[in-house]
Amino acid sequence: MKDFNLMAILLNPEFSAMLLHGLKTTLLIAAGSWTLAMTLALILLAVRLTPSRVAQHAVATYVSYHRNVPTLVQMMLWYFGLASLLPATAQAWLSEHSAEAVFAVISLGLCQAAYFSEDLRSGFRAVPLGQTEAARALGHSYIGALRHVLMPQAVRNAIPALVNHSVSLFKNSSLAMAIGAAELTHAVKELESRTFRAFESYLIATVIYLLISLLIMAIGAWLGRRAALATAR
Amino acid sequence: MTDLVAIISDNWLLLLVGQYPNGPLGGLACTLILSILGIALAFPLSVLIALARTSKWRLLSWPATALVYGARGVPLLMIILWVYFLVPVLIGRNVSGFTTMVCTLVIYEAAFLAEVVRSGIQALPRGQMEAARALGHNYLGAMWSVVLPQALYNVMPSMLSQFVSTIKETTLGYVINVHELTFAASQVNNQLLTKPFHVFFILAVIYFIVCWSLTQLAEWLERRIATKRRGVSTVRPAVDAENIVSPIATDRPVPVRSIS
Repeated sequence: MKDFNLMAILLNPEFSAMLLHGLKTTLLIAAGSWTLAMTLALILLAVRLTPSRVAQHAVATYVSYHRNVPTLVQMMLWYFGLASLLPATAQAWLSEHSAEAVFAVISLGLCQAAYFSEDLRSGFRAVPLGQTEAARALGHSYIGALRHVLMPQAVRNAIPALVNHSVSLFKNSSLAMAIGAAELTHAVKELESRTFRAFESYLIATVIYLLISLLIMAIGAWLGRRAALATAR
Repeated sequence: MTDLVAIISDNWLLLLVGQYPNGPLGGLACTLILSILGIALAFPLSVLIALARTSKWRLLSWPATALVYGARGVPLLMIILWVYFLVPVLIGRNVSGFTTMVCTLVIYEAAFLAEVVRSGIQALPRGQMEAARALGHNYLGAMWSVVLPQALYNVMPSMLSQFVSTIKETTLGYVINVHELTFAASQVNNQLLTKPFHVFFILAVIYFIVCWSLTQLAEWLERRIATKRRGVSTVRPAVDAENIVSPIATDRPVPVRSIS
């Protein structure tokens, strides 16, 4: 092992560019899949609230699949499996346009949507039935009651769980390395093999991951406090 | 469909036990052994961490809190890389991917299980501790013979969910070439080359069957414990199943359902 020298990596323009590019990809994957997951989770929740038994079962199956199959396996199924079923032209186009990151976003988004929709659903169940009845009695339509009365409370209840799962979504973006996306962990592995400074490379990546995770948790705690204040008022 | 059946009938042994007995034990057997070892070794540690985290002494509670936040904030893959690099440096000889994976899982799961145990301890009414102390137990004695037995019993379903997470996390062993189920499937895929969707679909189905059955067991256990508790005492609900996977960062567990 060489002497500890953090600056040998940070001050080298080539290596710091590698790290920055990795961080950028990680953030893009995380942000893209978060947006996909949240959108899909709201749709799943809406479907689950419809009276149709078939629709409810379909959503339950979706959630159950994504919660009981490892995220890495889901990612491999998308990247190695489903990509191979596409027509050849689409495959060629994808391999030119960083398909790894695209499939990472799709698989992470679909997977976390299951968790987010369950969080929202338990937030929903915590809203007392009287709230719906009162909103309807005041003249709201069902959709209006949903939008102005129920959803704000449901989201508020779900904040802690949503934040937790946002953190795990961010952490899971590192799995994209296994299918070859050039995100932070991937960049660090490459950095290590280039510089033979494993300790320093890992330390930098760990600190970056930890800081961003703690930032998400802090934002979550702040949102939670704000929501509690809003309820108290 | 016939492809699926053909792949399974040709490779079921590889997926089940890897190349055993001609090579190392692998496949589903390796995945299960990894997860059981990981969680079994993490359990005693997690109780200690939970006790340290609920302790009044900052000398104990701060390192435990730091460990828990570290595990919650850093991807498992990163911890695997650390262990892969540090353990040989510390013990002075190379270790196998299997050992690396067990060490990683023990560290990671101990932190998460500790949060589960802590939520169980804090969900018990304070009267339990106070009564035990009043009867002459010292703090650790009261913990050991009054609080922990109840707390651990109440969080059994959550611990089972954590076991399911562990099974799912063993897939990352694939990255450092541990011969577990995902590795076996990618071997099959490399032999066939033309049927990646079929192979990884089979892989997903196997994981689903294992994890889903355990999840069902956890839910059954939760219902059973809830019924039993309703009969005996008025204990606050321990934890929401959702909060188990990644525990909440507050001083007290906040079950989602009881906020309003």
